[in-house]
Amino acid sequence: MSTTEHLDRGPRDKNELAAAIAADIPHGAYVNLGIGQPTLVADHLVAGSGVVLHTENGMLNMGPAAPEDEVDPDLINAGKIGVTELPGAAYFHHADSFAMMRGGHLDVCVLGAFQVSEHGDLANWHTGAPGAIPAVGGAMDLAIGAKSVFVMMTLFAKDGAPKLVPACTYPLTGLGCVSRVYTDHATFEVGADGATVLETFGISLADLAARLDVEVLTGKG
Amino acid sequence: MTPRVVADPDEAVAGVEDSSTVLVGGFGMAGMPVTLIDALIRQGAGDLTVVSNNAGNGDTGLAALLAAGRVRKVICSFPRQSDSWVFDGLYRAGEIELEVVPQGNLAERMRAAGAGIGAFFTPTGVGTPLAEGKETRTIDGRDYVLELPIHGDVALIAAHTGDRMGNLTYRKTARNFGPVMATAARRTIVQVGRVVETGEIDPEVVVTPGIYTDTMLDLAGLDLAGLDPAGLDPVGLDLATSERVGG
Repeated sequence: MSTTEHLDRGPRDKNELAAAIAADIPHGAYVNLGIGQPTLVADHLVAGSGVVLHTENGMLNMGPAAPEDEVDPDLINAGKIGVTELPGAAYFHHADSFAMMRGGHLDVCVLGAFQVSEHGDLANWHTGAPGAIPAVGGAMDLAIGAKSVFVMMTLFAKDGAPKLVPACTYPLTGLGCVSRVYTDHATFEVGADGATVLETFGISLADLAARLDVEVLTGKG
Repeated sequence: MTPRVVADPDEAVAGVEDSSTVLVGGFGMAGMPVTLIDALIRQGAGDLTVVSNNAGNGDTGLAALLAAGRVRKVICSFPRQSDSWVFDGLYRAGEIELEVVPQGNLAERMRAAGAGIGAFFTPTGVGTPLAEGKETRTIDGRDYVLELPIHGDVALIAAHTGDRMGNLTYRKTARNFGPVMATAARRTIVQVGRVVETGEIDPEVVVTPGIYTDTMLDLAGLDLAGLDPAGLDPVGLDLATSERVGG
């Protein structure tokens, strides 16, 4: 795949990111969408995608969020939001839910991140700031469990610091687990070979490379 | 031995000792055994180690137990939530210990306890701060960290329906930790939305076989008036819609 520069437009917004991720999820995949922005991906799955959503609190074939007046307190997602069930849904207990994840049965997981390293290390559970109460939930299990881990994030933090880094400085969630990073400015493949840019949005490859501390590889044409 | 079926929450939790490790079911409020927790607050056992996914929501259930000062340590995956102010306050004041465990490891450590497994190697957490100080091993080229079982003295869980043999079914995602915790404690106490006669649950749909159930609190028809600890509302117990009780 060669690198494509989209210079006739600005950076992608979160819905465009979600749509791009949804388009890259294989037909019929078993998918877990992390809490927060990754849940937007569900809105962009096309009819007939065959995608089955997993929620780690114990359900497959989870449906959309429940209307406010139809929330069932016994039917929630990992973000503790009321959801619905689709025909063919299944419930199971927590050990089974994480066994299917850890056992490599889940195809894709989409997670947010504080930082991703060029080799696919993920930091997304704890800032490590003094006074911050650590809370990990299922993040570490998801990071190492799914066959493909996609990260959905902004490329730069609010202070302008890149979030795609040579090595994570935040506490790690998992080592070498991320395969693809979708950001507002670019999509990358990460792994043992480093970070390869697949597409850029509203920024040239040269400008992108100048703003990052990692060596940016380009797709081989 | 077939389980004891009781109608009185206080009778259900009688005998829980100080310094016990208590496994508490629920993911958020789904599957949270609120009536049993409220009874445990009245019962008075203290210096407890509580194992649960979260560290309490709002001011009820597990949060109320924490607020009552009965908990020395919480072992959980996700204490910090928008409504975990009780835990947050105790933690910041240094009045409660916290062990954070990845959610799948938390479930598996209890599964191991219930299944007689001495320890297990898991890939979850390798290379992270939560694996520091733990034994690691490379097996077939992949790195794993050794995790130990979590045994409970007591498990407090919620189920949808139970028969007099102690066979249990759950409802939707309220199942969460219930079936695992039921296996991992020396004594499993279940608040059940409805207790039915033996044979009324199809054996093919039993989730927790009765061998794990020690005490069932039958919530059907339970009058919660006057059982309210310290003026707390026993939230989530809409007895008019018994379909949702126990979840």
